[in-house]
Amino acid sequence: MTPSTAGIQWIGGPVLHARTRDPFRIGEAIEVGPRRLPGEVIRIKGDLFIAQVYEDTTGLRPGDTVTGTGRPMSVALGPGLLGHIFDGLLRPLDASTVERDFGFVPTVGIGERLASGAAFGHLPGIGIRQDCLVPPGASGLVEFVAKEGRYGRDAVLCRLVDEMGRTHDLGFFQHWPVRKPRPVQERLPADEPMITGQRILDVLFPVARGGRAALPGGFGTGKTVLQETLAKWCDADIIIYVGCGERGNEMAEVLHEFPDLTDPRTGRRLMERTVIIANTSNMPVAAREASIYTAVTVGEYFRDQGLHVALMADSTSRWAEALREVSGRLGELPGEAGYPAYLSSRLAEFYERAARVRTLAGKTGSLTIIGAVSPPAGDFSEPVTSHTKRYVRCFWGLDRERAQARFYPAIHPLHSYSDGADRFAAWWTQRGNPRWVAQRERLLTLLEAQADLERMARIVGKDALPPAQQLTLVCAELVNEGFLRQSAYSAQDRYCSPERQTSILQLILRFIELSEGALERGVAPQAIAELPVLRRLQRMGEEIGQSDLSAFDGLRASLESAMAGLTKEETHAA
Amino acid sequence: MRPELSVRGTATAIEGPLLFLKRNIEVGLGEAVEIWREGEAPRLGRIAALDDDTMVVEVLESTVGLGLADVKVRFFGEPIHLAVGPGLLGRIFDGVGRPVDGGPPVAASLRQRIDGRNLNPAERELPRDFIETGVTAIDLMNSLVRGQKLPIFSAGGLPHDRIAAEIAVNARLRREGSGEFAIVFVGIGISHDAAENFRRAMQDSGALAHTVMFLNLASEPSTQRLLTPRFALTAAEYLAFEEGRHVLVIMTDLTNYCEALREVSSSHGEIPSRKGYPGYMYSDLATIYERAGCMRGYGGTVTQLPILTMPAEDISHPIPDLTGYITEGQVVLDKGLDHKGVYPPINVLPSLSRLMDKGIGKGYTDPDHPALANQLFASYAKSIRVRVLASVVGSEGLTAIDRDYLAFADRFEGELIAQSAERTLEESMAVGWRLLRLLPIAELSRLNDAQIDRHMERDHA
Repeated sequence: MTPSTAGIQWIGGPVLHARTRDPFRIGEAIEVGPRRLPGEVIRIKGDLFIAQVYEDTTGLRPGDTVTGTGRPMSVALGPGLLGHIFDGLLRPLDASTVERDFGFVPTVGIGERLASGAAFGHLPGIGIRQDCLVPPGASGLVEFVAKEGRYGRDAVLCRLVDEMGRTHDLGFFQHWPVRKPRPVQERLPADEPMITGQRILDVLFPVARGGRAALPGGFGTGKTVLQETLAKWCDADIIIYVGCGERGNEMAEVLHEFPDLTDPRTGRRLMERTVIIANTSNMPVAAREASIYTAVTVGEYFRDQGLHVALMADSTSRWAEALREVSGRLGELPGEAGYPAYLSSRLAEFYERAARVRTLAGKTGSLTIIGAVSPPAGDFSEPVTSHTKRYVRCFWGLDRERAQARFYPAIHPLHSYSDGADRFAAWWTQRGNPRWVAQRERLLTLLEAQADLERMARIVGKDALPPAQQLTLVCAELVNEGFLRQSAYSAQDRYCSPERQTSILQLILRFIELSEGALERGVAPQAIAELPVLRRLQRMGEEIGQSDLSAFDGLRASLESAMAGLTKEETHAA
Repeated sequence: MRPELSVRGTATAIEGPLLFLKRNIEVGLGEAVEIWREGEAPRLGRIAALDDDTMVVEVLESTVGLGLADVKVRFFGEPIHLAVGPGLLGRIFDGVGRPVDGGPPVAASLRQRIDGRNLNPAERELPRDFIETGVTAIDLMNSLVRGQKLPIFSAGGLPHDRIAAEIAVNARLRREGSGEFAIVFVGIGISHDAAENFRRAMQDSGALAHTVMFLNLASEPSTQRLLTPRFALTAAEYLAFEEGRHVLVIMTDLTNYCEALREVSSSHGEIPSRKGYPGYMYSDLATIYERAGCMRGYGGTVTQLPILTMPAEDISHPIPDLTGYITEGQVVLDKGLDHKGVYPPINVLPSLSRLMDKGIGKGYTDPDHPALANQLFASYAKSIRVRVLASVVGSEGLTAIDRDYLAFADRFEGELIAQSAERTLEESMAVGWRLLRLLPIAELSRLNDAQIDRHMERDHA
């Protein structure tokens, strides 16, 4: 069949109009002009169609040829993704390091029956076990399977014959349209937390495996550092990091840092579990729109291997702006703040692809999406933030004032939430903390009380607050400094294991309990605030490392004796 | 390159900066043209839109005096280029790369597209080298790193030009033998005296010989402002990546650039986004700012110090807002500090250098530098909260510790931020430690015990 062709009639920025007699379909991938630039058909009217082009259109002319490919915009999923950086269409950016052949170990024999999603072999020698899967839609009896060995990118590794007698040639790669979610057997409830190693998230605002979280914040509030921190330390098997319309230096940073960092759980290089997809702010805008879908498709591919995948999208606002720009070029009627009216449904489609699932092969896998949002002027009521809020269950709102005091992570505990966090109680109980739900509520109410009291102090003065309330402020300060603050640059504290989180949490709660007792015995809040042990508590995240968990017991003992000593002193004075 | 072609008499309309022509030759989008009229200098333009039978030329100069009948258009068959070569340094160009210092044209060794190349993120090298500017609020609190883009957010009447000139004169790398510096000064819609002052400052310090200036003055066509930074950055990239220099690009004033962008966008009839600025302003600004950086395998680097004046001193205005999302931090000037006589009036709290952690600390500057900066930020932020509290309840309603903070805030601004001459980082740090001694040690939770022992020992000042 000869491919469909068309001639360009008009071009402006990333959008072109073309005239044709051949059939073209909505969403069809096209090649434009002599340089065969990739593009996609987005609207058809009679013999005219409108398409967006994913590269710089400088130099294209009316009359240049557009060629159809007959299939929707797809990416090739297979080996060679982990540890590399790609553009928004999954073309390698570090082309010099792309492998030309891969090892293959068959896991099936001739005559075996394979269903869609089953593994017919795996890739040896890489850290994470990666299977070769039968693509969705194909199934049948194995007629041929390649022997163990190294094969080129396009080699046929397995051939299936289905009931209708059709043959399916399977290789390392399967092509999948990026805008179409990959099928699964069923969606499972998301009731297991994804541990991020960040105290404020894991204890106060946990996200589920297969959950969805939004990370909104004005510029300079630390979105990117937090996204990178999550990518480094969260307990997912695979990280997909999408730099969508962000800085080139940040991508360079990930590329530079990750190979040197070790995963605290597996001891392997972090880069081995990471796929980077980069459409930096100076790269073509239409490909920015595609990069999000590309990333989610890659994430689903790993999920289908029974792995836990975390996708960090930085930033979904740039993606929404790309939608707006293309929409503007199409002359569509603008909705709120110039965004197209379908912004909300596109966001919903994207976040809905996060899930914990039973794969076609019956394994359990998950895809967690964490989307950064960059609201103009840090205003959370703007369209992208407010629509995103409707589709996520975790909202980690970053606060400018905290960021200005270099209090990181600058997540504001009162503007953030994690919907239905109680479902993780069982997990924490298993990890030796049955009182997690109550402790979490205790911290949240304390922080809320602090905000109220500070408002009050502005009217009456801090001195005029009753002792109990002054003590609340001391305790809340300790929660902030000793628990919520966690430096991403400290080798000791950048990752905090659940055990260490629990130890720190319990010490802080012990302090609150003891100081309340002391107050009842008549100790002044000022005396409690001046205890030297308070400084140890504020710095314990920094000072007591994973290898030294017993030091928490020592600190507990000195806290208790300091508090006890305090009581005696007071009684002497009285 | 295709042979150049000229057409005459095919113009059908002129609307603002746009010239509509019948399309009777093969041209591509974005290609450069010159518009000729008998007896006048040629005007630069580029192809902005194309369809089957018309082409739209965006004229980058005034269209006054153009008529449909006698206008002649010359096509170059390629996008706008700048000829670069040795001998660029010490020269002055106008906003579209033509020499205005009376000298001959630059002996071109290369012609480069002014849009630059799409720098592949995989080819970037991570910026790491600390640049000492002599300004404490920058060196100690918001360190500048080679290859960074760090804008100055200013407002009318604030001394941003003076600060920029001082940085250009004083900036140095702490390591010896780390290559040659060059400065590219880009005036975008600035006044003649602002350009002259900068030139004189460079001359007085003897730095003029390694400075190139690109000037689009306030009186010159605003459409050209869209090209001025692109010409200048093309020159900067040549100096950095061909000649191996470390280039500091000072661009002032990006607000004028964005105004020009809005003007041109509205003349194209595009749907406006926030405050009438086009929806693609983010992407467009990114094509300028993202040209800062270091590249693998190249000795030179491009560091950007763009200056913009915030309309109505509003940091949430689209221009500073979008800039802040692209650049690696910002240095914010503050009218309140300026009124108090603090020079440089840098408000460190909203200021930020995102690459700071990459270029300071052990192996780069002083091992205690990060902790000191961190503690100063925490303490100053707290002292500002206390100041707000004191302004409501009076200092009588404060606790003793809060009164310490109040004193700290005043001395922080008066002794650390304010400076009469440039300081080395060591001098800046000494001031920082001295101020922290105003506060009880229990308040210094960002310092470890060893740091406290080393620096907080002496009597509480």
